[in-house]
Amino acid sequence: MANIFPKWTNIAPLKVAACLLLFVGTVVLGITYYATPKWTEVGFQPIQPVAFSHALHVDQLGLDCRYCHTYVDRSEHSNVPAASTCMNCHSMVLSSDDRLAPVRESYESGEPVPWVRIHNTPDYVYFNHSVHVNRGVSCVECHGQINEMEEVYQAKSLSMAFCLECHRNPENFIRPPDEVYNLDWQPESAAAQIEQGEKFVHDWKVMPPQSCSGCHR
Amino acid sequence: MRYFIGIWIFLIIAVVSLLGFRGSKSKDQPLYVFPDMDWQAKYLPQGENKFFADGRNDRPMVPGTAGRGYGNQLASVFSADYTDPVSENPPLYSGKDDEGEWMRGFPVEVNDEFMLLGQQKYDIFCAVCHGASGDGNGVVKQYEGATLIASLLQERLMAMPEGEIFNTITHGKLNMGAYGMKLRPDERWAVVAYVRALQLASSASVDDVPEQFKSELGL
Repeated sequence: MANIFPKWTNIAPLKVAACLLLFVGTVVLGITYYATPKWTEVGFQPIQPVAFSHALHVDQLGLDCRYCHTYVDRSEHSNVPAASTCMNCHSMVLSSDDRLAPVRESYESGEPVPWVRIHNTPDYVYFNHSVHVNRGVSCVECHGQINEMEEVYQAKSLSMAFCLECHRNPENFIRPPDEVYNLDWQPESAAAQIEQGEKFVHDWKVMPPQSCSGCHR
Repeated sequence: MRYFIGIWIFLIIAVVSLLGFRGSKSKDQPLYVFPDMDWQAKYLPQGENKFFADGRNDRPMVPGTAGRGYGNQLASVFSADYTDPVSENPPLYSGKDDEGEWMRGFPVEVNDEFMLLGQQKYDIFCAVCHGASGDGNGVVKQYEGATLIASLLQERLMAMPEGEIFNTITHGKLNMGAYGMKLRPDERWAVVAYVRALQLASSASVDDVPEQFKSELGL
């Protein structure tokens, strides 16, 4: 009687196992890489009704964040400025430029400029801007180098893991409160950052919540 | 096996070229795979709301009504013991004294802290046009069209009562926009105090520098 299984079947299970391993491995890798806000949300750069450049206004002209986002240090919400804020300067500068037509329209009619919101957390996340900026968490920690952006895009994932990275070790990120709006500030060294961070966390009793209800309600 | 690996590598290349890499720029709204309760029917600041004719959550003040309280200190606003802060210190809000004239002096205590607050707010909101030293040469000045920026160091403004400067900050004047909604009343008074300091400094001489600071300035 001839052999029921030909010779090639000797290594067939090995081959199937190798293929399965390859299949599962790459699928897992793919999901790890793509199924996260680091891929889905980072880089979102919608076309805005007015091509406002933070690089020009902040980096070149030296406007403070709070000139426009005035209530960031006393409200949970960092306000998008009203058209009247733009018109403080643009009633004189570029006062008939086409690019600013939506702003002038909004200023005259009272209808808001339809800015596209970029940075979004789920509605069950209660993020408070004022408590962060008043405790030495700079704008750049969540928004990236927004002072260098010609066109704003989402730079950080804003996922829960991202929040917890700082909530667990605030001393790695906290800076002196008067440097919060200085987006180019750098600590002298990593060690200096930890040292002043730990001092600040201790002196100001910074206790970022890590329990669910700290941020979720 | 050879076929499988070939097809699989082709699939990987296809997926990567379709989905791209992390951080690549995109004009499209992010993909929400499980949008459970991410979007709730609730009022968010500056949010959209189809219920109102103008489509927004933030409601403008109803005509004929007066505001009660400032900011989000709602507890005190709705308390039975609430007294209108305006009635406690009217000049702090109006810039006018009891006779209805522009107030001279300040309705609050002027101290170091107050001056530093004024400096901070001045540098954020005023220096853009009026310049860090108040000479009217702010960064906006370099642009065509921005020709009517007043120097704060001129005689007329040095003689102007504090209350009138406060009023100008609150409501704006000519080309200048109103800053009343950006600065609290006490912050506006702090800015007035700092403007006074700038005016003093502009016409000061070496003799006005206190002894202990002279060496710092190399005098």
